[in-house]
Amino acid sequence: MLSRQPSASETSQAKFEPRIVAFFCNWCTYLAADLAGTSRMKYAPNVRVVRLMCSGRVDPQFVLDAFAHGADGVFIGGCHPGDCHYQEGNYKTLKRYHLLKRVLKEMGIEEDRFRLEWISAAEADRVRTAINQMVEKVRDLGPLNLELKDLENAYAEEVLV
Amino acid sequence: MSDKSPDKPKVAFYWCASCGGCEEAVVDLAEAILDVVAKVDIVFWPVAMDFKRKDVESMADGSITATFLNGAIRTSEQESMARLLRSKSQLLVALGACSHLGGIPGLANLFDRASLMQEVYVHPPSTINAEGTLPQTHYQDNGHSVELPALHETVRSLDQVVDVDYYIPGCPPTPKTFLAAVQILLGSELPVKGTVLAPDCALCDECPRKDTKPEKPVFTEFKRPQQMLVDEEKCLLAQGLLCMGPGTRSGCEALCVRGNMPCSGCYGPTSRVRDQGAKILSCLASLVESKDEAEIDRVLSTIPDPVGTFYRYGLPGSLLRRKKPGVRQAPLPSR
Repeated sequence: MLSRQPSASETSQAKFEPRIVAFFCNWCTYLAADLAGTSRMKYAPNVRVVRLMCSGRVDPQFVLDAFAHGADGVFIGGCHPGDCHYQEGNYKTLKRYHLLKRVLKEMGIEEDRFRLEWISAAEADRVRTAINQMVEKVRDLGPLNLELKDLENAYAEEVLV
Repeated sequence: MSDKSPDKPKVAFYWCASCGGCEEAVVDLAEAILDVVAKVDIVFWPVAMDFKRKDVESMADGSITATFLNGAIRTSEQESMARLLRSKSQLLVALGACSHLGGIPGLANLFDRASLMQEVYVHPPSTINAEGTLPQTHYQDNGHSVELPALHETVRSLDQVVDVDYYIPGCPPTPKTFLAAVQILLGSELPVKGTVLAPDCALCDECPRKDTKPEKPVFTEFKRPQQMLVDEEKCLLAQGLLCMGPGTRSGCEALCVRGNMPCSGCYGPTSRVRDQGAKILSCLASLVESKDEAEIDRVLSTIPDPVGTFYRYGLPGSLLRRKKPGVRQAPLPSR
């Protein structure tokens, strides 16, 4: 049984700032984030926002690639059901999200590291609270350490038996 | 097998973590193998001819024209043979799904080494191993020392260990795929390094049921072939079956579909796709008909093992490569 190494994780826990990749849809969540900015709302600076035309553009490969390149969490923001600029894009996102969540769980990635939220252009406060919540949850979980170099180091250092 | 001639290209075959099916695919060339053998000199092929590691060690670096290596890399011996053959070969070709993407043995990346050892040597229902004896890499007896290869924690595809020039996909590659690849390599102009030597479009393109594929198949349930009588003419997706065809490279001439079984994805992704599992997941999930969350979950729950289904042949070669290391394992299902 593998136990967590308290010394390493505890020391990094103190300094650990989660890196969250957020995919925001152009028509709703990105505008909400923009509104949060112009309204001078403050939220955790741990999020790197990627603007896409639709949350339906989020290929599950983007999510896995983010995790594989050092993201500790991935956040997808789209229009409320029924509000999609392209009619159905957010429903596709929802269906993929449900299946991808199961894959991530099987791959040992904690559920709180991957989140989908519907945030309309008016809901600036929702951006703030959802991001703050997620950053806190991921901070508690600690670093994901899935970056290729981490895997390669683990491979190089492993004791063969 | 053939006269040693200095101007014939020298070819080697080797296997690592694999079932032997790729070697079988080479033999399945039948009479065509004679044409291949007439053009090349086989200098190393342990499964069929008597060669030893020291024969390879005594060769000059780069003296083998091409090595076809099948199987994933799991043990220290496989890793060292891969490195040795890489240094002796001008071209290293990954033959078959295991070497290309990790293959079926790569599914071991869902577990860690310790739990696999327990499952195989301590807990199997047909084994009594009260002392919990596990295989050792060193053993001393009567002054003789015996060594066994060590096991890595992670299964890797060939290109995660050494530089690979070309890939021949498939579990196993069909004889036709293999022959076409060999002819390309024997030809005057080599393709760009890293090329997968098979057509670069999805399997649906060469599927005999292509014309019956609806523009948008929809799913209210993902059925399994044993639960139904499968129509032999109609697109399998249209019948509610989980077919990997849309996310899989063509080249096998839809062998499984011709046998009335859905494609399970062994030719891997096309060149535009990095992660086959994520891509087919994206495709199939978005074809679920319902928009209601609970119903979406119910429909998707009819895919009982998403990782084993979407990454059956390619977990090590996928973006995540393996289950997150250091996560406590769920106990393996008891029988």
